[in-house]
This record gives sequence, C-alpha cells and structure tokens, in this order.
Amino acid sequence: MRIEQYLRDSTARDGAHEAIVAGDVRLSYDRFLDLSARMATTLRARGVAPGERVLILLDNGWQAAVTVFATWMAGAVICFVNPSTKAARLAQIARDCGPALVVAEGRLEKLVDGVAELAETPRLVTGASFEAGLEAEPFAGETLPDSGLAALIYTSGSTGEPKGVMLAHENMDAAARSIASYLENAATDRILVVLPMSFGYGLNQLVTAMLTGATLVIEKSFAFPQAIFERIRDERVTGFPLVPAMVAMMMQARDLDPALFTSLRYITSAAAPLPLAHLDRLRAFLPHVRPYVMYGQTECTRIAYLPPAEVDTRRGSVGVAIPGMRTEVVDEMGHPVPPGTVGELVVSGANVMRGYWQNEAATRRALRPDPRDGTLRLHTGDLFTADADGYLIFVSRTDDIIKPRGEKVAPKAVEDVLHRMPGVAEALVVGVPHDVLGQAAKAVVVAASGVVLTEREVMRFCAQHLEDHMVPKIVEFRDALPKTESGKASRRLAAEPAPTTGSNA
Amino acid sequence: MTDETRSAIRAFIVENFLFGDESHPLPADQSLIDNDLVDSTGILELVGFIEERFAVSIADADIVPANLDSIDRIAGFIARKQAA
Repeated sequence: MRIEQYLRDSTARDGAHEAIVAGDVRLSYDRFLDLSARMATTLRARGVAPGERVLILLDNGWQAAVTVFATWMAGAVICFVNPSTKAARLAQIARDCGPALVVAEGRLEKLVDGVAELAETPRLVTGASFEAGLEAEPFAGETLPDSGLAALIYTSGSTGEPKGVMLAHENMDAAARSIASYLENAATDRILVVLPMSFGYGLNQLVTAMLTGATLVIEKSFAFPQAIFERIRDERVTGFPLVPAMVAMMMQARDLDPALFTSLRYITSAAAPLPLAHLDRLRAFLPHVRPYVMYGQTECTRIAYLPPAEVDTRRGSVGVAIPGMRTEVVDEMGHPVPPGTVGELVVSGANVMRGYWQNEAATRRALRPDPRDGTLRLHTGDLFTADADGYLIFVSRTDDIIKPRGEKVAPKAVEDVLHRMPGVAEALVVGVPHDVLGQAAKAVVVAASGVVLTEREVMRFCAQHLEDHMVPKIVEFRDALPKTESGKASRRLAAEPAPTTGSNA
Repeated sequence: MTDETRSAIRAFIVENFLFGDESHPLPADQSLIDNDLVDSTGILELVGFIEERFAVSIADADIVPANLDSIDRIAGFIARKQAA
C-alpha cells in the first residue's frame, strides 16, 4: 500500500479525530487530508511530476507534515533535509537528487540562494507563498504504484559524501506495519515527535500515526526538555520516541516530576546504543512506561526490537528481528556463524531499501547476494553476536563512522573541513565517548610549522562549515599524526591517548 | 545592571556557542533555538553559567523558552530570580 492511502483510510474511519497538533495548530484528519490534497495540486502546478524529487528544508511542524503527504499524493519523492544543514552539504544533496521544487523555511531563503545548484529550481517558502499553495482545489488523486519511490533519505557514507537511501512506498509500508504491530499502536495513541522529521526515525512517527489513525504531536526542538515534558502532560501523550542523547539529558534533570509522564504508555530508543544504566534509571523513574530498545538503519528503517518483557533476561541485547524481517550474523563469505560468534549482521525483508540513488557502486556494496540462493541481503556494516534464540548484541561498526546523538558522521567529512582550515597541516578525526551525546568527534590536529592554533579557533572554523553535532568537542594538538608501521595516518592510533600533551597555544 | 547582565550573557554565548565568532549580530531579542545558535546540550551549559555567574538557582521547571530563549529573556529571568 502507498503511504498517502493511510491518510485517506484513517480519514474515512474517523475524519473528526485529531491527526496533527503543532504549536497552536490542531488539524483533524478531514482537515489534514484536505490541506495535503490542496498542496498536491500546487506541487503539480509548480511542475512536480510523478517520480520527481521535492527537496524539503522545513522545521518540524504542520507544514512539514502537509508537504510530505502532498508530495506523495502528487506521486513525487520526498527528499527531507535537516534545516540546519550547511551550504556545502546542501549543494551536494541538490546536485545528487536534482529536485523539481524546494520547499523551505522563510529564514532559510538566504541559505538556498547561496547554493548554485538550486538557483533555477522553483521554490515554495513558508509564509504567504506556502499559505497561497493551500488555496488550490484539492487534488483528485491518481492510481500510483506501490513500488514507486516515497523518499530519498540522505545519510553519510564512510567517505563523507551523502548517499540517498531509496525507500519505496512498499518498503515504508512494510516497516510501518511491523513497528505498529509490536508497539501496539492504535487510534487512541498520541505520539510526540521531537526528532527531526528529516531523520528516518522522525519521519517514521508521522507514518505510524497516519497508519493507525493516531494523533501526532509535533515539536521542533528538545533544547528545553522541560517544555517538552509539560507538552507530554498537557497533550496526554502516550508514545515518546527518543534517542539515547535525549535519555541522557532527561537523567541529568535534578527535580524531574514523574507526574508529567502519567499519560505515557511507551517510550522507544533507537539510533545509537542506549547505556544500560540509563535504561535502568528510566525504568525506575517511570515504572508504568514500557521501554522499547530498538535498532535499525535508514536503509531498512528498523531491524530489531527488545520486547519490554525481555529487558531483564536479555540484558544488553537490542532484541530480535522485527516481524517480517530476517536477521543473520555472517562471516566474511556471507555464511551464517554459530551463536555467540562475532560477524556482520545481514538482513532481508520487504522493508529493505531499493538501493542508493544513482550510486550503483554503493548499492552493490550494501545489497549483496546470499551465497546460498542469490537473494539480495542488506549488509549493515555492524558487527553483532546472536544467541541461539536470535537475540542480537551489538559489538562494533566495521567502519570509522561516529554517531554523536545517533546521527552518522564520517570522520572524513570533518577531516576535509579541517584540511581546508588555514594553518592546519594534517588532521584526523575519531569518536570518543561523551556523557550526553553518546559519542563525540575528537580532532587530532597538526598545525603548519610556525602557526599557533587554539582549540577555539579550530572549533569555530568547524562550526562555520559543519552541522553542530559534527563539530569536534575536543581538539588535541600533536607534532605529528600517529602513523602505522607502514606510515599511514591511523584513526585507530589517534583514538588512543596522546603521547605528548595538550595544546600548542 | 541589566546591560551588564546582557553583555555577560552575550559574551558567554559568543565564546561557547559561536566559538568566539564576533561577526554574528546576535540581537538581544533573537530566539537562540530558532536560529540554531544553541542546541540541547548548550542550554544545559547556559544554565550552569547563569547559576554560577549570577548566584541564582534554577529549577528544571524554569528551563523553558519563556525564560531562556533570547538574551533579553535570560536577563529578565535573572532579574526576577535575584529580586525574589
């Protein structure tokens, strides 16, 4: 089934039910469907044909939800990019996906203006132009294939270049039905999404809510956790998806009142490993809330979940395959390894992506044939062990990807920026543990001879060219980069403590 | 006093969130969050700074946009806390 059909079906079941709550705006299913259908007409009128990409640069809000469903009704593909993306990366994404239209926040017009690749692209901007788009006649609807692309979600490859994960409607449909089944979502649910909807895990909340006829409470930022917790109380939220960095912030609160969370039925954690200590504290603090620890990848939305009843018996596990997905831990030849043995996790199921947009080499690396029967499996690049019952325990990644607050960062992308900084001779970037973010980037920098650099200067340069979470939290200066015996600069060695100390300033 | 408060807050934001980048205009009524000046972990650092520098104690329930989402709001919040 196509995802926009969820909205039509849930509206047919109960059109008066609340679909979207965002700030002061409350949209019933009837109203949300109507606005989306009107915007779909506008998208077509602005030249968006089926299969074309709509680049969305919007904050979490009702406009984002309308734009997503309007794009799907028009048969086009969403390419939802985090609005905090800097110009260089936005240009790479624009070049790769070649959007037919950009829908952006008014404050981001300057950013869009600065991207040559988007100079000729028609634009719809929040405010008067967006509102006018909602005045069009509702789109009549067309028969469109389930196999059509729904989304290109850009993620970082190990070399830092963005790769567009192609998810067809039937892939997202398979994932959404599986997830809603184990979370037991229903129309009575009120799900609060504060994760960016540009992020697969955030977008998925909108999809799940529409599938089950639930209400989605949309919030923009977790910068003020207390404001979100009051929202949970006031909107009687039942489902609260989190990343471990948000759990860490919750646990830092000094006098948090459990009464704020009385309505909550479940929380989910994904995107990065949730420390057991945080899970335990959360359970002690909110004993009535079911905690779902989950594991997934943009390439297939979700892979595994730990049933809440198993939290004590399967400590440290990210759980078993979600319904409809097959998981196997394999050796380098792709053959299954015995329980307890470390290997790469490979997965298959209807939720697995089509591949990477216009990137056959990366697609062939990710989707490889099963040596037994040739069917394609997604290679996760994550090392796991599985027990005899299929419960998975994460070991490590096979590449150098760092995951601050659950978002993939390629060390190379940060190193490329550092190498452009005047005064930097060489640099390496590695991941280090961080109390709140889970992991943070650390830069090991060799200054050009005679140049004195400070940590602040390096961070400032990075902040001007990289998204917040990619900016190194620690900068260490050394006389030379650590090298392997063969003379190759080594991230692994750079992750170890410096032989010499401190800043060169 | 309030001007002094504002400049201390501004200096903290420039130093810690803009890494010393003085070129940012940073109007006192500008939302720190909507303009991506401060992220989630930044607010916690900001709270720590305010408590220490202005000798006020901040409860979790105080950490909301109405009190902390612009230089003006932070200055007003500190003034109310100190008067209390």
